[in-house]
Amino acid sequence: MTEFFQLTLFGLSNGAILALAALGFVLIYKATGVINFAQGHFLLIGAYVFYAAMLVFGFHWSLAILAGIAVAIALGVLVERFVLRPMIGEDAIAVIMVTIGLSSMLGGGVQFFFGTSPKETPKFLPAGSLDLAGATIPYSRLAAIVIAAVVLTAFTLFFTRSRHGIAMRAVADDQQASLTIGISVRKVFALAWALAAVTAVIGGILLADLTGVSANLAGFGLVVFPVVILGGLDSVPGTIVGGVIIGLLAQYSAGYIGSGFEQIVPFIVLIAILMVRPYGLFGQTRIERV
Amino acid sequence: MPATATGVFHRSYTSELRLRHTRAEKTRLVLVALLVLAMPFLVSPYWLTIVNQIGIAIVGAIGLNILVGYTGQISLGQGGFLAVGAYTSAILHMRADLPVPVSIALAVLTTAVIGAFFGIPALRLKGLYLAIATLASQEIILFTVRTWDAVTGGTDAISLPRLEMAGFVFTDDFHWYWIIAGFAVLAVITGRNLFRTGLGRSFMAVRDQDIAASAMGIDVTKTKVLAFAISSAYAGLAGALTAHYTGIVTWERFTLDVSVLYLAIIIVGGLGSIAGSVYGAIFMITLPALITRFGQDIQSAWSEAAAKVPAVQVIVFGLVIVLFLIFEPRGLNRIWQRMKDYIRFSPFRY
Repeated sequence: MTEFFQLTLFGLSNGAILALAALGFVLIYKATGVINFAQGHFLLIGAYVFYAAMLVFGFHWSLAILAGIAVAIALGVLVERFVLRPMIGEDAIAVIMVTIGLSSMLGGGVQFFFGTSPKETPKFLPAGSLDLAGATIPYSRLAAIVIAAVVLTAFTLFFTRSRHGIAMRAVADDQQASLTIGISVRKVFALAWALAAVTAVIGGILLADLTGVSANLAGFGLVVFPVVILGGLDSVPGTIVGGVIIGLLAQYSAGYIGSGFEQIVPFIVLIAILMVRPYGLFGQTRIERV
Repeated sequence: MPATATGVFHRSYTSELRLRHTRAEKTRLVLVALLVLAMPFLVSPYWLTIVNQIGIAIVGAIGLNILVGYTGQISLGQGGFLAVGAYTSAILHMRADLPVPVSIALAVLTTAVIGAFFGIPALRLKGLYLAIATLASQEIILFTVRTWDAVTGGTDAISLPRLEMAGFVFTDDFHWYWIIAGFAVLAVITGRNLFRTGLGRSFMAVRDQDIAASAMGIDVTKTKVLAFAISSAYAGLAGALTAHYTGIVTWERFTLDVSVLYLAIIIVGGLGSIAGSVYGAIFMITLPALITRFGQDIQSAWSEAAAKVPAVQVIVFGLVIVLFLIFEPRGLNRIWQRMKDYIRFSPFRY
């Protein structure tokens, strides 16, 4: 039972961060129809910018987070303008490959400035742990769940209440109709990329505190695929449900099947879902069938 | 054909079916053949290793291009299929004591079967979804390799002895060049001819419009599974060659990065073109080698900059993919054709 508690909590906190990364992914897919393979590298950039601001330049952690978010917005807007805009109307393979090329550039950039060795962990979440029914529960994990929940709620409100959020949903629904009522589709695309980068950076900062800063963080980006396919590629609530399910499943398989299985069970689930219900739990059933 | 001709015209079906129509094309073929024969005598040992790597990459890239470029099925699983080829051949040779040619042939067959199996999601999925499904195949294959200790040796590398055939030991790159060049040429010829057959043309029909293809009587299911099988067979051959050429098989050589490298090769070279696969392999293998070489050259003069070279290599790799996709999505093959047209029609623009 103790182990079960422990695994559940670790699964929930990983799932919360996964949901953040997946949220950025879904934002981009919903608004622009692009599958972003560089999402994991946005996490990486967030973690390294946070590390650099806090431990290299010695900023307070709150300023470091702001620095991370500023870099994320700039990065998102630049990427949209110079890499993705020329690709509008191209084949799926070209769009996928351009984001893969982008991820290579971002990963190489991090390696260029920071080298390959893992960095000291910038700690800002509360230290210490809570004993609950025999399980040791670090406060940092609880804090990560709370922060992720707050950010996810904020985004849900943004989509339902704010003008910009509603404009983004309109563009996702029908680009031409949005243009005719005066929504700037270009601005919405830029906004989608900027927001996606911001969510990824927040996820990256949380991961930096929980697991340390190293190039391995980018691997987290691959686990986003099972999450978004399970939840539905174009569904915001789907990212939360998908993130939590995949996070828990990975921890349980590591705990009860054997260490290492957490890397593979999500992908087996991914294939199973693609074969049975490719649009996921909450996605729109718009997938082309052959 | 007169030099002033502005196009290629055919008066009979046999002339249309010919692979090479003009005298210039025939001359170039002879020149390329001579270059292939002279290559090992012209380059230094360091560059001969690179040439051998290019040869293996050509085989794998043609395989991937058959699937992605000609059949339109995106695959991020090439690294996994290379791993299947490499491990099958290595295990059959070491554990079952089969001679190398037999183990390579069986590796090709095994990879084809496994490739067809992982192609099953393609029957229901297209585009983005298929890319994600093949990404999962890649992860599943590599995970199996890493954890199936009894057969693959898990995360430990398998070392292979030097290749020995009929009493002759293939010791260095020079000996291996002839094997690899032979297979690369074979891959080019079979690849080029595949698309003169009905099967090859049905691949292209499925790529261009699958519904129209099935209306014309093409069995789309069968065609897709065959495309995966044939493509994986090439990957299996490339993997098996890597195993015996380098003498060491480890899962780290077949990660997702390798799948991405092969996709980059065919995009930079040109999707849906056998010649493009060759150009792409040459370009994408030579470029990092040149950068590494540059790093070694400046090592003594400016060691801080030399330490940054591996990072620059990764950045340049990404940059090349992005720039090609933005400025010339049809790759080096298209650039080469434009150059030819420019010279042919000069001084006119078209």
